[in-house]
Amino acid sequence: MIKVSHLSKHFGKVKAVDDISFNVKEHENLILLGTSGCGKTTTLKMINRLIEPSAGEIEIDGKNIFEQSPEILRRGIGYVLQNNGLFPHYTVAENIAIVPRLLKWDEKRIKTRVSDLLEKLHLSNNYLHVYPNELSGGQQQRVGLARALVADPAVLLMDEPFGALDNVTRSKIHAEFKALDELKRKTIIMVTHDVQEAFELGDRICLMDKGKIVQNSPPADLLFKPKNDFVRGFLQEQRLQLEFKAIKAPQPPEGGAFELRDVKLPADVSLWAILEQLKFTDGENLIIRDQHGKKTGTLGFEELMSAFYQYKKQQVHE
Amino acid sequence: MNEQQQSLWDFMRRQSDKLLEQTIQHIGLTFISLFVAVIIGLPLGIFISRRRQFSGAILGVAGVLQTIPSIALLGFMIPVLGIGPKPAIAALLLYALLPIIRNTFTGITGVDPAVKEAAVAMGMSKWQVLFKVELPLAMPVIFAGIRTATVITVGVATLASYIAAGGLGEFIFGGISLNNTNMILAGAIPAALLAILFDFLLSRLQKLNIKKLKTATLILPLLLILCSSFYFIPSAYATKLKAGFTPEFMGRHDGNLGLQSKYGLKISTLVISDAVMYKAAFEKQLDVISGYSTDGRLKAYNLVVLKDDKGIFPPYYAAPIVRESSLKKFAELEKILNLLANKINDSVMTALNYKTDYLHQTPEKVAKDFLVTQGLWKSPRNGNEGVVRIGSKIFGEQYILANIYSMLIKGNSNYGVSTKTGLGGTKICFDALTNDQIDFYPEYTGTGLLAILQPPAKTIDSVTVSREATYNYVKAGFEQKYNIKWLKPIGFNNAYALMMRREQADKLKIKTISDLKRYLKNR
Repeated sequence: MIKVSHLSKHFGKVKAVDDISFNVKEHENLILLGTSGCGKTTTLKMINRLIEPSAGEIEIDGKNIFEQSPEILRRGIGYVLQNNGLFPHYTVAENIAIVPRLLKWDEKRIKTRVSDLLEKLHLSNNYLHVYPNELSGGQQQRVGLARALVADPAVLLMDEPFGALDNVTRSKIHAEFKALDELKRKTIIMVTHDVQEAFELGDRICLMDKGKIVQNSPPADLLFKPKNDFVRGFLQEQRLQLEFKAIKAPQPPEGGAFELRDVKLPADVSLWAILEQLKFTDGENLIIRDQHGKKTGTLGFEELMSAFYQYKKQQVHE
Repeated sequence: MNEQQQSLWDFMRRQSDKLLEQTIQHIGLTFISLFVAVIIGLPLGIFISRRRQFSGAILGVAGVLQTIPSIALLGFMIPVLGIGPKPAIAALLLYALLPIIRNTFTGITGVDPAVKEAAVAMGMSKWQVLFKVELPLAMPVIFAGIRTATVITVGVATLASYIAAGGLGEFIFGGISLNNTNMILAGAIPAALLAILFDFLLSRLQKLNIKKLKTATLILPLLLILCSSFYFIPSAYATKLKAGFTPEFMGRHDGNLGLQSKYGLKISTLVISDAVMYKAAFEKQLDVISGYSTDGRLKAYNLVVLKDDKGIFPPYYAAPIVRESSLKKFAELEKILNLLANKINDSVMTALNYKTDYLHQTPEKVAKDFLVTQGLWKSPRNGNEGVVRIGSKIFGEQYILANIYSMLIKGNSNYGVSTKTGLGGTKICFDALTNDQIDFYPEYTGTGLLAILQPPAKTIDSVTVSREATYNYVKAGFEQKYNIKWLKPIGFNNAYALMMRREQADKLKIKTISDLKRYLKNR
């Protein structure tokens, strides 16, 4: 879907991004992870040409992006900023409708789409005509997300989208983010320096340092098959928590799901997510159901721990 | 009722036509300048917000323009743009530029970079970013700049009357020269009210919330255009020759009003300050001006005085006026001062003025040279029999006279001398004399009559028929009212006069005001 090859960006003598290449598959969620100044944001901004690269090629859907006008390109790519970048002189509705208006949608279509989207993002329609400064940080970020999603772009670029939020709001939005259908159809590249967030939201993590990609792999591989000491060191402090996030629960039968009380959890849920659910219950177990909704077994704290142990043992032996 | 005691309200009511016209001119002048300043300043501000490397230079130049004194700036404009509205608008807009450019620049560069980045990232073009994001968000700051510029322009526009562009300055400066407080206030109060009103209206605009600001952004240009259209160049009737009169001359019975009633003279007239009037005549911007008959510039610019064949300008013969008590105290004083009687005629005085004004000689040197050529020079005796205090008004001719008198007293008596030169206008000088701060100063018969005694109009008409009648009237009046004695006249008559360029007057064979009138009539 997105193909980046030999991309470089030099600011004077500083090589902010130094000859990197990576691919993002359709509907994949790639995280660019690294410390400040590692080149992750520069890389992201080259994909919608906010920054023009010094060298290299980028293709989206097989098309070279440098052969299109930057305005047309950007209208087809959603973009979410850390500080939301909402227009203070536009109402929520007008903010969300910016791209559709640029694309010259008719007003009725815009109106329907905007109110649909607000509903999906759990924002009441009462907010349509208020100005961004009247919203809380979390609400602003949701509006920012809605603005990026409104024209249903295939690609979404997110620059530390949850960086400005407090921890409580952030984990709430993370949960919504994972549950949102709209996002499952997107190819997403997200920049973050928060390792936890990367492991929670990413299908693949691209760890960068000094303008180069150190390792590009699924989260679990970063933990259990680190390429070098830098990767190991980068994850060391939060290792245990990350391992729980990277390891998936034992798979239920094809098409099945987990269920606890009335909460449904998807089949590829991480151990961490299940533990988070279990902490609110008193020794109650998770119900495993097959594709027909039939109960096939239960999953308790002990089973989870042994799954964790087995996974680790398996990694060590490989 | 005495003219000075009439109330301000009376004055404004009687002059309401003129007041309205001047106010409208003032508003028009302000807004045309402001409109042009916005048209130039806004794009410049946008330009330097895009190309920061030019911001220092452009803001610097606009800043320097702002520091040039207004009168000087108006003066610079005359050779380039002539007189009238054009140079006034140009000068005003230069003053208005800085706040507009600076605030546009600050406003645009102050827009949150995240918002700008979002706008670009959503696929807005450069112009869309400017018009949909940067300008609307910078608008409150830009409005503040326009507001500052408006207040500055309303104030500076009063000076436009110096170069014949009209406005409320006509009343203000006319009032100052005529010593007419009501006239000053009739100009100054509306000007101040205009400034307050516009400032208030614009502050309301500025405080509107962002949503309404969108409408305001549309209304403002319309408003500017509307107000600008108030101003039209007053050209009631165009004649072959163009006259420029001082605000004082315009409002006097022995000035323009007399020209109209006694000569029936009709000529396109502009109101202009005497500081630039002579030069404008020399540069052929004006053909006829109202000057003073002994002004040094008459000679410097080769102008010629038209003969006042119907005698409407009262005589302004100069003579020293002395306190009676001083004449008693200094027994020889009267004799000494009268040494100068009839020694200086019009052309001699003009020549002396020319020496100080244009050859930049000091009044002392001019005074001494004059006395030496007249054979009146005596070296000072350095006596110590009391000190005579001489006063003078604040212009060149009076400085020369004060120096001549000082030298005469020192050379012919044992008195010491202290000079108090530069005593503002007639009022200040005369008050100093009556309050025993000075012993004497040179005064003019016309001033004594019109500015100090202020008799009814009928008396004025009857006593201004001849030099002697005026002199005798003021002499008697001062004696009786103030115990002040008019000594013998010095000889010259520094009266109002109409002047033309010598070559043009010769070519058109105009020697008198009646000739001028005939010429204008036979066009």
